[in-house]
Amino acid sequence: MSKSYKENAPISAERLMDELIRLKRGSVTRRHFLGVTGLGLASAVLARETGLFSTPAFADDLGKQMSIATWPNYHDPATFEAFTAATGVAVEVNVFGSNEEMLAKLQAGGTGWDLFVPTNYTISTYVKLGLIDALDMAKVPNYSASTETARFTAEGVVDGTTYAVPKNWGTTGIALNSSKIKAPVTSWKDFFEVAQGEADGRAMVHDYQLTTIGNALVSLGFSFNSIKPEELAKAEELLIRVKPHLYAINSDYQPGMRAGDAWMTMCWTNDGAQLNRDVPKIKFVLGKDGGEIWSDFYAIPKSAANKPAGYALLNYLMDPANAVKEHIANGAPTTDSRVLSLLPKEVTSNAIVYPPETELTPLEFGAAVTLTDPARAEVMARFKSA
Amino acid sequence: MALALNTKRRMVTAALVAPAVAWLFIFLVLPFIAMLVFSVGERAPEGGYQPAFTFAQFANLPARSAAFWNTVILAPVGSFVCLVVAYPVAYYLAVKTSPRYRLLLVSLVVVPFWTSLLVRTYAWMYLLGSRGIPNLLGMIGFEEVRILNTPGAVLLGIVYGYLPLMIMPIYVSLEKLDRRLLEASADLGARPVSTFFSVTLPLSLPGVMTGLALVTILLLGEYLIPQLLGGGKVFFIGNALVDLFLQSRNWPFGSAIAVTLVVVVVFVLLIAMRIAWKIAGTRQVDLV
Repeated sequence: MSKSYKENAPISAERLMDELIRLKRGSVTRRHFLGVTGLGLASAVLARETGLFSTPAFADDLGKQMSIATWPNYHDPATFEAFTAATGVAVEVNVFGSNEEMLAKLQAGGTGWDLFVPTNYTISTYVKLGLIDALDMAKVPNYSASTETARFTAEGVVDGTTYAVPKNWGTTGIALNSSKIKAPVTSWKDFFEVAQGEADGRAMVHDYQLTTIGNALVSLGFSFNSIKPEELAKAEELLIRVKPHLYAINSDYQPGMRAGDAWMTMCWTNDGAQLNRDVPKIKFVLGKDGGEIWSDFYAIPKSAANKPAGYALLNYLMDPANAVKEHIANGAPTTDSRVLSLLPKEVTSNAIVYPPETELTPLEFGAAVTLTDPARAEVMARFKSA
Repeated sequence: MALALNTKRRMVTAALVAPAVAWLFIFLVLPFIAMLVFSVGERAPEGGYQPAFTFAQFANLPARSAAFWNTVILAPVGSFVCLVVAYPVAYYLAVKTSPRYRLLLVSLVVVPFWTSLLVRTYAWMYLLGSRGIPNLLGMIGFEEVRILNTPGAVLLGIVYGYLPLMIMPIYVSLEKLDRRLLEASADLGARPVSTFFSVTLPLSLPGVMTGLALVTILLLGEYLIPQLLGGGKVFFIGNALVDLFLQSRNWPFGSAIAVTLVVVVVFVLLIAMRIAWKIAGTRQVDLV
């Protein structure tokens, strides 16, 4: 706080000391001194409000430090290093396992995040709770609405105002180690059966109500987003029956899958692409019976301490030249046709990243209600504590 | 004059105690009051807290009975296993080692505290994962042994993490032991084993009780070790609390559980102190 105040203040520390010495010598009146320094303070406070004095054009307005909240294995570390080299702003990366956790941190306040990566179905709730800023699109000139795919960008716009711009889209499927699991796994029904059979003690589910409950619902023939008590009760029963056979309940499944401790897991596209790239025997399949399709967005919390840096990083990431490197590293499919045209053929032809449209048809976008529904939260908590 | 001196002395005392009191008030008493207030409230529709006056949260406590039960079983079992492992070590340090090496050996017990428990627990994740100990077991014919993410792994992590906290109080009480009592016991014809059980062990019990109470209380709030070594499947009340605040965002229910946990801890502490006083025959309590 004090650090960024100093950097934003029009009056430098040296100047302040000069004024103080002038005051002590009696060269200026106390009134003059208070005027000069008081003005400095007032401007410093105003400078923190974006758009008055600070614009992204001035690198020295960005401070030295910013913080982003995102998902595990989701960025190319080189991107942040390059951003730091270009702007002098160091990026602190916080990773989370669920949207609930991000929401909980923002509700409690004092996160210090300047940019974060919420998933499509959470944005309307953030807007409703007044936790995120409407984006000042003038500060994100690299964003190009016309080249975006509407079905992935729609939820970033609430009542005609843009609150979030898309990072990438993806799916939630099944990653499995084909050298260990011989039974065919093509659906969530198969997933939960194999988890209790061939993959006993080796399967992982997310520590995340949306996907864990959602996929259990799908395996039973219900909607991924159901909040009907009788359907949730059946999903809970299934999850509690499967629990003793699970390897772990954890959203950070890459270490377990790579080490060979876990053989099968619920898995996001980008992780599936990374795992398959590095360990080819790990395959990624989508549930024939359904599952999740999603898009992740960038948004700026209302409580951000360094909004200029948040916008600067956002704009940097929206530059197709930078975004393309992110997509190659993290393996998630892009929503932006400018980026798609820059991506190498082996990425765009990867069926894990860009599956045929027919495989996407049974998938559902998460619904906003699942984020705040107390029944889903409680089913997850009872499953974990059972 | 004497009165003025007294007043002055009192003021100095007050000034010296004030920071500690302010600290405790701001960081212990105020948060506890907030927790009490939250615990009779309601979950807001989007999560968090909204004011109310209801005991519904406390009535809902049975919904976490499995987590309470896990904690109530694993905390005493963990601290008892700690005791069994720690006592011989403390005995060796206090009685058997030559004073020349004692300081060095005692420091070795403390050295692991210089590294974060998180880092050390991650190291255990690797050791217990399939590329660690199970891999070695595989070489001698025990295939596909799984240790990580089992209650056994959590117990191992607990004993490892809390061992120094058990060793130190026992070491301190054994070090104070009057050697002449051991000689007297031997002179009177007692064998070493009966000397241990009728002299050494009873005299070290205050240290044992302190260690047990310390480890049990900390274990009642344990979160990290079950999360990392239990794979999120071995659920302690600490994990239930984290979930209620970070996933379900049900602050009132979380507060009700936290209040209950505090009551349980105070209860455990009272019993432990009663027993310790009774055994030691004094109200002097050795906290390390």
